[in-house]
Amino acid sequence: MTTARLRITHAGPHVSYQDGGRPGLMRFGVPASGPMDRTAHAAANLSVGNAADATAIEVSPAGLAVECVGEAVTFAVAGGGFLMDHAGSRSAVWEARTLCAGETLRIMPGHWGSWTYLALAGRVRAKEWLGHTATLATSGFGGGLLATGQEIVVEERRVDPARERSFPCPVFARPTSHARVVIGPQEHRLEPDALSALLDGVHALSDSYDRMGVRLRGPALAIREALSIPSEPIVAGSIQVAGDGVATILLRDHQTTGGYPKIATVLAADLDRIVQLRPRARIAFKAVTPARAVEIARQAAGARSMWLDRLARHP
Amino acid sequence: MVTLRLAPVAEHALLVEFGDTIHDATSERIAALDRALAAAPPAGLREVVPGMVNLLVDFDPLVTDHAAIEAAVRDCLGRPAPASAAGTRREVEVCYDPDLGTDLSAVAGQTGLSVDEVIAAHLGGDYRVRMYGFTPGYAYMSGTPAAIRLPRKPAAVRGVPAGSVIIAGPQCIVTTLLMPTGWWVLGRSPTRILTGDEDRPFLFDVGDPVGMRRIGRDEFERKARRAVAA
Repeated sequence: MTTARLRITHAGPHVSYQDGGRPGLMRFGVPASGPMDRTAHAAANLSVGNAADATAIEVSPAGLAVECVGEAVTFAVAGGGFLMDHAGSRSAVWEARTLCAGETLRIMPGHWGSWTYLALAGRVRAKEWLGHTATLATSGFGGGLLATGQEIVVEERRVDPARERSFPCPVFARPTSHARVVIGPQEHRLEPDALSALLDGVHALSDSYDRMGVRLRGPALAIREALSIPSEPIVAGSIQVAGDGVATILLRDHQTTGGYPKIATVLAADLDRIVQLRPRARIAFKAVTPARAVEIARQAAGARSMWLDRLARHP
Repeated sequence: MVTLRLAPVAEHALLVEFGDTIHDATSERIAALDRALAAAPPAGLREVVPGMVNLLVDFDPLVTDHAAIEAAVRDCLGRPAPASAAGTRREVEVCYDPDLGTDLSAVAGQTGLSVDEVIAAHLGGDYRVRMYGFTPGYAYMSGTPAAIRLPRKPAAVRGVPAGSVIIAGPQCIVTTLLMPTGWWVLGRSPTRILTGDEDRPFLFDVGDPVGMRRIGRDEFERKARRAVAA
């Protein structure tokens, strides 16, 4: 078994190690973290023969550049409309190739998308916290952020030319500006017209966007009651309204409880898609019943697993 | 008797609300439902997150749905809950030197007590871990004595170090990360809530009783150094 080493010649902010996440610990104040776009992360991993939840590198629009300083390794980049430059050859991501000794790989933003994933065939070495390498950005716990000058180490690295191919982003993983929500759980703590402002108003993502959440711009959502609500559990996708009437969609590294009312919650299936929107992109919210939301989750999971299974089986 | 409210959360959770106000009786009901669900988890249950006045039940929507989880919750509430474990009494060591307990004199000023009386009141509290929330290891304890209960400060103060012992209302927390807080800082503790021990990563279980023990500066410095090295 050999080890591949990639020297990091550039790592922008918000580039982190992420495995599939550490679910089940919210009762200890720990959100699941893990990839912002779980479908793209799983696709990158499966396309090179890794487990879907293996440790990969989440790359922000700030980009990542590496140089292979040792053994060759097969890699894939998937997520958003990012671009890559592999040893001088530029292409879209959603592609697997092999990085040979001395070659460089540069990942940079393209026409759309906020997150892309670099998977490396083998086992990416990263610090574990509570059994997972997923990085919790607020604390740096887990694998952590990547920094220029460090090395990415891939143990038991593999080279698998048969897996080198492109696998275009499936329609169901493209970003959507129509997020489906279930109303509540604290819609009763807002003025009645707040719901219509959420559902009928035009909203946009603000620049205040990171792994914890994204603040929205749009009509203010008026809160009815004083802000002394005892803290309540939060999930990824909770739309929380602060005292100033500004809504925030909480994302993977969300705080686990909060005292601001949550007017609605984005379906998990849509969350992987709206995180690929960029600041200033418009977003609209459509309410569905809880029963319909479960149907949507089942349909989405079916399509997703069929596509991912096919990707994993190749070649 | 508090009214029960069950609210769906997206396609994968149900929030069970026991009322609006923090109360020991409410905490006991939440703890009882938490134990009942742990003893007989319904199919598809992923995790249960206790809050101050509510409890989140997260489930796999590919296996179950809101209605089935609601039925399981109502079933649990209709049966006597498994007996409560008494919890393990935990000790938090606190150094109250004024450069660590930066709000001691402000709390004294607001409550009309002397600094020594504030410290004595804090040491005399009967604390119990009610929930973890916000960020890893942030254990919300009830039991801060009435004599030193204050509302939060109007604005948060930045850069409050990890290990700070902070109070607001009836609550007390030992912080685990450097962060802003609007709570009142009474002292600093070398006791690690995030233990760094993979077998027991969090010092407290929800429901554990907690006592505060005063330590001097030398002991604090020695233990704080050891905690960092661990």
